[in-house]
Amino acid sequence: MLSFLGRRLLYMVPTLFLISVVSFAIIQLPPGDYLTALTSEMEAQGETVDNVQLEALRARYGLGEPFHVQYWKWISGIVSDLDFGQSFEWGRPVSTLLADRLPLTVALAGATLLFTWLVALPIGIYSAVKQYSIGDYLATTLGLLGLATPNFLLALLLMWIAFSTFGLSVGRPNAVTLAIAVVVLGTAGTAGLIRILRANLLDELRKPYVVAARAQGLPERRLLVKYPLRVAMNPFFSTIGWLLPGLVGGEVIVATVINLDTVGPLLLGALQSQDMYLAGSIILILSALTVIGTLISDIALAWLDPRVRLRYR
Amino acid sequence: MLQPDSPPERPGVAADPAPDGAHLAVEPEAVSVASQWKLMWWRFRRHRLAMAGLIVTALFYFVAVFADFLAPYGSGTFESEHTYAPPQTLRIVDTSGDGWDWGLYVHGYRAERDPETLELRYAVDEATRIPVRLFAEGETYRLFGLFETDIHLFGTADPDAPPVHLLGADRLGRDQLSRIIHGTRISMSVGLIGVSVAFVLGILLGGVSGYVGGKTDTVIQRVVEFFMSLPTLPLWLGLAAAVPRDWGPLTRYFAITVVLSFVAWTGLAREVRGRFLSLREEDFVTAAKLDGVGRPGVIFRHMLPSFTSHLIATLTLSIPAMILAETALSFLGLGLQAPVVSWGVLLQEAQQIRVISTAPWLLLPGLAVVTAVLALNFLGDGLRDAADPYRR
Repeated sequence: MLSFLGRRLLYMVPTLFLISVVSFAIIQLPPGDYLTALTSEMEAQGETVDNVQLEALRARYGLGEPFHVQYWKWISGIVSDLDFGQSFEWGRPVSTLLADRLPLTVALAGATLLFTWLVALPIGIYSAVKQYSIGDYLATTLGLLGLATPNFLLALLLMWIAFSTFGLSVGRPNAVTLAIAVVVLGTAGTAGLIRILRANLLDELRKPYVVAARAQGLPERRLLVKYPLRVAMNPFFSTIGWLLPGLVGGEVIVATVINLDTVGPLLLGALQSQDMYLAGSIILILSALTVIGTLISDIALAWLDPRVRLRYR
Repeated sequence: MLQPDSPPERPGVAADPAPDGAHLAVEPEAVSVASQWKLMWWRFRRHRLAMAGLIVTALFYFVAVFADFLAPYGSGTFESEHTYAPPQTLRIVDTSGDGWDWGLYVHGYRAERDPETLELRYAVDEATRIPVRLFAEGETYRLFGLFETDIHLFGTADPDAPPVHLLGADRLGRDQLSRIIHGTRISMSVGLIGVSVAFVLGILLGGVSGYVGGKTDTVIQRVVEFFMSLPTLPLWLGLAAAVPRDWGPLTRYFAITVVLSFVAWTGLAREVRGRFLSLREEDFVTAAKLDGVGRPGVIFRHMLPSFTSHLIATLTLSIPAMILAETALSFLGLGLQAPVVSWGVLLQEAQQIRVISTAPWLLLPGLAVVTAVLALNFLGDGLRDAADPYRR
């Protein structure tokens, strides 16, 4: 177990380094920088731009310097004292901006995870145990629909129903819009989990050990919960890994429909205005979270599943 | 209750324990001499959902190819008198006069002013009648860029009559039906082109990785793992935002498809590698090598054909993800941009709840997305099951 953990942690270092380079490269890709974007915007509005001031700004943020110098400035600040740089557009440090929005994002992620598990577990078990029943077909159909519907479309539909049928105010975030956000964000994941759980459980139920246990007179319910379900549950733990990044990704889209003060809309705005430190830091943090999440789910798997654990002996 | 020893089966596939060809409803002798493609087709035919998926997918691509002819109007044609005009019903019989009067027609519009907001709104006016005919003359266009013609599938009998909106009109009075039809072309092709780019990358890298093995394999696998560890959507957003804004619609379209395929190739590379690894040990590959066939020959003549069917199934299953991604990116304004019309671009019009409550038909492109994605998923599932005709 320890060598498994050590090896996984060692693998993480080069991955994280590469991720930081890629995140920085992505935000450097668009031609020009925040200042050129700002200039063209101001010129479009008929304002004149002071060239001296621009040059001063460019020098201050080091925008004219080569890629590796800029990267080094950024990454050394992050590693040494968690300084993610300044957001041009907001005129505030990136870290305080994120600190404002991360709590709601994480709370939403937790609620969505809970929703996904609570809905997927009973439905998945039911449709595997009662294969080809009406309920199974219903669950399969709904699951396929959930996978095929774009997030934002579902959000639009639910908001529209809430607005037109129940006369709900949709301008500000409230309990109902938050609930809608959780349902919308959780739907695709839930549908996927149900599919996987059903398939896994069906595979397990056909194995000889189930027949043997049944022949020995083990009650059906205890048999199910104790053995096949434990094995079939594995995908539930791998969801932890991609949950937060996937969620923020989905949330970018959902938040354009539902007003939410989370990280998603911040990323979208930053990408559009070439606010490079903000956008880069968010992509970096999300990617790092994916890697850490994958690690957590691997540890959880190794802890819960002796087969995984023993492979690394 | 539970039947532990029932054969593994999927919903929609009829279970039939009969051996060999009997379950394919073909003569057993025919099965023993049939080619693999034929066996696949026989098996595929039995999968009802997959057949439905195939038909719907074919229909979508038919619409995409003949969009100019099927759409009554161009994607940019607008009628400023018809902002947010509601859908009209196509009627066949007119019973308003005495007796039955046959012939296609729709009711015209009547402008009303909302007593509260003083907004001008349009309602279907039962009193007026606009005759409609099939193969009507309309705007001129070039079919496949070759033949110039002005015949559309249907349109108003009188070319100067006010336009017909069977699915309503949008903010600028553009015909929603025409725009959805034109959007089909872009939305359905983004998936195809993106998948072909991913396909080339995936086969090349996965093939090298699986066939050569050793150090090369380790390096390529690390690269694939790295790409897989990146969160998809932020990566897509970042790359799509990096596409310069002043690029023309066509370049932008290709840039977006390349961005989409950038993430999709990893899964394909893994699949191809796994197949190569297992095929490398097969007797026929060893035989070909001993026969003096060169490396490209072994790969392309002997190994690739034996899992082409699996590849096609995997490809079909990765198209829907691309369609969904394009829709989401365009909806956010980072993907394709007007005047290019895709379903995602159309849905941009429906971002405000207030707009939807006045014009719910603006959500209809979403229905097209869901239908297309479902159909492609069913088709892919069926192909995957059929790809292995000897397995039951």
